[in-house]
Amino acid sequence: MTAPRLRRRKLDIKTGLVDLSHGAGGRASAQLVDDIFRPAFDNALLDLGNDQAAFDVAAGRMVMSTDGHVIWPLFFPGGDIGSLSVHGTINDLAMAGAQPLHLAASYILEEGFPLADLQRIAISMGRAARAAGVAIVTGDTKVVERGKADGLFITTTGIGVVPPGIVISGDRARPGDRVIASGSIGDHGVAVMSRRANLGFETEIVSDSAALNGLVAAMVGAVGAGLRVMRDPTRGGLAATLNEIARQSRCGFHIHESALVVRPDVAAACELLGLDPLNVANEGKLVAIVDPAAADRLLAAMQAHPLGREASIIGTVTEDDQGFVQMTTAFGGDRIVDWLTGEQLPRIC
Amino acid sequence: MKYIDEYRDGTLARSIAATIAAEAAIDRRYRFMEFCGGHTHAISRYGLEDLLPANVTMVHGPGCPVCVLPVGRIDDAIRLAMRPEVTLCTYADLLRVPASGGTSLLKAKAAGADIRMITSPLDAVLMAEAEPAREVVFLAIGFETTTPSTALSIDLAHKKRLGNFSVFCNHVLTPPAIRAILDTAHLPPDERVQIDGFIGPAHVSTVIGTEPYRALCAQFAKPVVVAGFEPLDVLQAILMLVRQMNAGHYRVENQYIRAVTATGNRLAQSAMTEVFAMRDTFEWRGLGQLPHSALRLSDAFAAFDAERRFCVVPVAAADNPACECADVLRGLKKPADCKLFGTTCSPEAPMGSCMVSPEGACAAHWTYGRFRDRIPARAAA
Repeated sequence: MTAPRLRRRKLDIKTGLVDLSHGAGGRASAQLVDDIFRPAFDNALLDLGNDQAAFDVAAGRMVMSTDGHVIWPLFFPGGDIGSLSVHGTINDLAMAGAQPLHLAASYILEEGFPLADLQRIAISMGRAARAAGVAIVTGDTKVVERGKADGLFITTTGIGVVPPGIVISGDRARPGDRVIASGSIGDHGVAVMSRRANLGFETEIVSDSAALNGLVAAMVGAVGAGLRVMRDPTRGGLAATLNEIARQSRCGFHIHESALVVRPDVAAACELLGLDPLNVANEGKLVAIVDPAAADRLLAAMQAHPLGREASIIGTVTEDDQGFVQMTTAFGGDRIVDWLTGEQLPRIC
Repeated sequence: MKYIDEYRDGTLARSIAATIAAEAAIDRRYRFMEFCGGHTHAISRYGLEDLLPANVTMVHGPGCPVCVLPVGRIDDAIRLAMRPEVTLCTYADLLRVPASGGTSLLKAKAAGADIRMITSPLDAVLMAEAEPAREVVFLAIGFETTTPSTALSIDLAHKKRLGNFSVFCNHVLTPPAIRAILDTAHLPPDERVQIDGFIGPAHVSTVIGTEPYRALCAQFAKPVVVAGFEPLDVLQAILMLVRQMNAGHYRVENQYIRAVTATGNRLAQSAMTEVFAMRDTFEWRGLGQLPHSALRLSDAFAAFDAERRFCVVPVAAADNPACECADVLRGLKKPADCKLFGTTCSPEAPMGSCMVSPEGACAAHWTYGRFRDRIPARAAA
């Protein structure tokens, strides 16, 4: 006589909510993975069902990065916490000139979180990863009691491989190098702000959230070792990024306001809110510091890529032991572009 | 941006700057105070000082409400917010302002106080309506610009008969502050004011009009030009002040005719008069006690006065004695002349009022202009 087989009840994704059993490691946890994450991420390594993913890697330098995501609201024009969590880690890897390979994803879920939203977010993650040529190969899910988290937090960790001969690092900027921005600034921060309940903008400013590894591959292909520094200006915006690099490389910058691209609707929203687009976050832009001899070639390669069409040379690296980022304003005067003091807007990524 | 970009035209700026340079007498000094933080911000952000001749200089005034709010008032607000029944609502700029003993509203919030950031006082009224079990207190701050919206929110709470909404009022008035800066005849000569003319407030003047500055002009024989907050507005106002000085005039002129009239916004003025009454005196950070310089809720609206409802007893709190804010605000010293500037006092850890908000004189200089203080590295080597 065979033991009776337990009939597996389908997960009620349409109206169901996350409960504590989904994080307890029992059958409910397994069902969450089977019904939501596996179909969304769709790759053989995850399907093996192990607690880790094992894979071969090419010889060479590897990069590794991790990024926690607590953005609110979870869904915003141009993306959601899922796609953002994939793009965020891929971009951190890509800024070393690396080709990202695999991601791991860890979820903190609040009891009562709608399963439908979780599925929507998982599908968005899977889509973003596939579009970038990356697989989410392992993960973890925990559930905390209602009130102990705000819906959903996602941490992603990734690894990638750097092509031989490429050393890109924040301490490698040299006086005379050119500074190139890949496009318009401030889109992501303003898009998120526009969705906050108490700021009823009518405008539909869309986040620039995107995976930059394709653009980076084109850049590395064009100028190779001529690339010295790359960074994606996320929280703190372009201003924070340039100040960070100035500190790491013990140099200064001189940039030109008239060379910066700010979309008119973003400029208008910043005007209204008293923000400086230089301090507002981006999620699909990068700043590259390049050997002046390679600058024009790099600019052409960037402009030929869909994510770099609006790329422009915004300034040069200067010799400056005080690390000032100086800007000639469109008006003709000079000023410093400083770090933002305090928090401009919490939970934007 | 239509109606914005026109006022930020670099070519026009250079042409006005050239006219200022041509008309300013070489053997004369022109020291102008821009009263408002908004002007200070425009001057710093667009680097206007680079466009002016060396003998035309700007002194950054006290027109930043966050900067002039004394520490004791923030202490009072924190004590209010720590009461378990109170939800304190305020503008984001105030959260980081340091209070006594290394605290701030932001730190009080982290310690568990219910402090919420809002962008309009009406949001606080709606919050009180939605959460009847909470005592919602709006921490009100600002010059005549923000006072009418506070008045309207109190009026709305009154109409809705809300018993759980009140205002901790810190609204201050512009003309008494200008008077306090200019009224230095009783001081020794080296402490007397070093200002030849004023750029008058932009948004404040849309509410109060240009008329209130006339008496100040006449009494102290200084020209006033009311100007908009865009960089071309400021440059044009400087040119108008230079011309008045050259002609020996001291009149009130209006550069900001696209928004400001002589009499101002009557509707806003009447909303203020209905709800508020004059305080006998009020402390301004950096300027001290100034008579008839601030508003409280009128007796008719006493029920909405948080100071009365919660029996707020003001506790005095002193600034660092080495702080030179008072002299910076009078144009006697530049931010970099202060020993604390950039050493122990910075926007991250402000010691004095001028460093508190991005619109303060010292914070603006630190954030945008401190490269001008640089000792040339090569010369030193």
